[in-house]
Amino acid sequence: MNLHEYQAKALFKEFNIPVTESHVVNSAKKAIESAKKLNGNKWVVKAQVHAGGRGKAGGVEVVDSYESIENFVNKWIGNNLVTFQTDDVGQPVNQILIESCSDIADELYLGAVIDRASQRLVVMASREGGMDIEEVASKSPEKIFQVAVDPIEGPKSSDAEELGNSLDLDIQQIDQFIDLYLGLVDLFISKDLALLEINPLAITSEGNLLCVDAKINVDSNALYRQEEILAMRDITQEDQREAQASKWDLSYVALDGNIGCMVNGAGLAMGTMDIIQIHGGSPANFLDVGGAADAKRVAEAFKIILSDSNVQSVLINIFGGIVRCDVIAEGIITAVEEVGVEIPVVVRLEGNNAELGSKLLTDSGLNIISAGSFEMAAELAVKSAE
Amino acid sequence: MSILLNKDTRIICQGFTGSQATMHCQQSLDYGSNLVGGVTPGKGGQMHLGLPVFNSVLEAMEETSAVASLIFVPAKFCKASIVEAAESGISLIVCITEGIPTLDMLEVKVRCDQLGVRLIGPNCPGIITPGESKMGIMPAQIHLPGKVGIVSRSGTLTYEAVKQTTDLGFGQSSCVGIGGDPIPGSSFIDILELFQEDNQTEAIVMVGEIGGTAEEAAALYIKNNITKPVVSYIAGVTAPSGKRMGHAGAIISGGKGTAEEKFAALLDAGVHTIKSPAEIGKGVAEATGWK
Repeated sequence: MNLHEYQAKALFKEFNIPVTESHVVNSAKKAIESAKKLNGNKWVVKAQVHAGGRGKAGGVEVVDSYESIENFVNKWIGNNLVTFQTDDVGQPVNQILIESCSDIADELYLGAVIDRASQRLVVMASREGGMDIEEVASKSPEKIFQVAVDPIEGPKSSDAEELGNSLDLDIQQIDQFIDLYLGLVDLFISKDLALLEINPLAITSEGNLLCVDAKINVDSNALYRQEEILAMRDITQEDQREAQASKWDLSYVALDGNIGCMVNGAGLAMGTMDIIQIHGGSPANFLDVGGAADAKRVAEAFKIILSDSNVQSVLINIFGGIVRCDVIAEGIITAVEEVGVEIPVVVRLEGNNAELGSKLLTDSGLNIISAGSFEMAAELAVKSAE
Repeated sequence: MSILLNKDTRIICQGFTGSQATMHCQQSLDYGSNLVGGVTPGKGGQMHLGLPVFNSVLEAMEETSAVASLIFVPAKFCKASIVEAAESGISLIVCITEGIPTLDMLEVKVRCDQLGVRLIGPNCPGIITPGESKMGIMPAQIHLPGKVGIVSRSGTLTYEAVKQTTDLGFGQSSCVGIGGDPIPGSSFIDILELFQEDNQTEAIVMVGEIGGTAEEAAALYIKNNITKPVVSYIAGVTAPSGKRMGHAGAIISGGKGTAEEKFAALLDAGVHTIKSPAEIGKGVAEATGWK
């Protein structure tokens, strides 16, 4: 689950990680009131969306008059921001963050993520902060410094000091960096984060470290123990079908094709997408009904797939292990009766109670094409979508 | 021979009296697994599926001499359950549960490694040695005792590989689902090493997925250590790269983890790679010359 920059910065403040004073607003009137409270004659206004690349897309501006603030807020509130990290529709802007403008002497990069290869929480830092950090990482990996946090012992000041030295920080900055590092790892662990990124981490003209941007992604598996974080969820930033799917513990990702897919297991769901493309078709979605699917959830999955008007045929591919094929069949029947389906539905059932499931479908009298094999299912689904 | 599990392996189940555990333990008993009891705190002294229930793993081990534990407890209790099993002296833990927080797994993995405990999963279908024993949720009837070792990150794709090698009459020595989580208890390499040493295993099927770099690491290991034919399918070749936030994910993987890179690394290691998940069995036939 992603957080907005303003939410991430509120957490930073809680963990004594240095951020500038800021306010989050949803109207020009409130933005100007906030600017007055913040003092000064120069501010940064930032559209709040769950995506990076806002600066290049016009979603971040430095402004020096109330009029410019008003223009910026009116331009973005209620509209969508499209960046290179969003789709073509973009993300809706419902809030603007306004903060005092700091004089920045240099921009560093600081990020933390779970590294699957080393099985550690890894903190990464580079002198080369800013928008082109991925290019730096691929072309000059020696400019990215990393420290792994021991899962039992936790973060160490000595690691932070080493990282600070690699970044050529001066003595006073290293002291600040150690506090920042310890706060960051503490935040990461206590809030069950999956990713935390500060880009840029600024060095101000006075020589102090300051977090200018903040990105946080939280481990969805841990939300049961993170009530404060869960309350920050903004479903307006999520794909509506994906959000609807998640209500039913379904994993759905919308794609561009015309063959709707319902599969159990993420691997088989990807495999089904692969085989559809091998046969010249194009999947409309990824949908994993999961290991504990019941009739109700399958019916909801069906509704979500059919809510995409591009879908010309549906391929249901179930290999029953933990999930029973007769349960899936009941769900399909319920859904077809409830929603009304006018397009071809190809079903391949295999594994646990597959024969019983197929019998239920056949006896239902519904227009369902039963496929005897994985290969045949893909062929039939592609053919019926043409 | 087989790897990790045979008909004599004494197994307990943690979370024994829950509904999923009950269903799958009954199926394991029907298959012939040597399930000797279970653990549900607070229900010690009761009987379930004709087997004794204990309050703790230690108590269960003392009474039944179990060496392996199959875990079905809810995700929020998994860290404690796995650590309890490991500290009690269980040598093989299979955790089926999905949805365990990643930070819990980082700690669990270190604890299991320190204690020398083999952990399979979480978020996996488990292990089966066809014709002998199963610890997991796989549909037993699709298996056939035989000569192919199967290791996979995906549950249902494992079943696909099993069915295809059964249909062609090759059968399986053992099948291990290592699970799809970012931090798995055992890696491809851990299982490949066991298959290489196992006499019954004559060929290996490795089923991977996009994301992470486990397949690339496995490819390097195969190149240097595995002499048996290996067939591999990587799911998600055609998946579009998702929406994302920030750069840290891309930086840490150094641009690795795409299906193309995985296929390239596997080809370089002499692995027989296949592009369609319906051709896993056919791939084994081609790689081995078996008919």
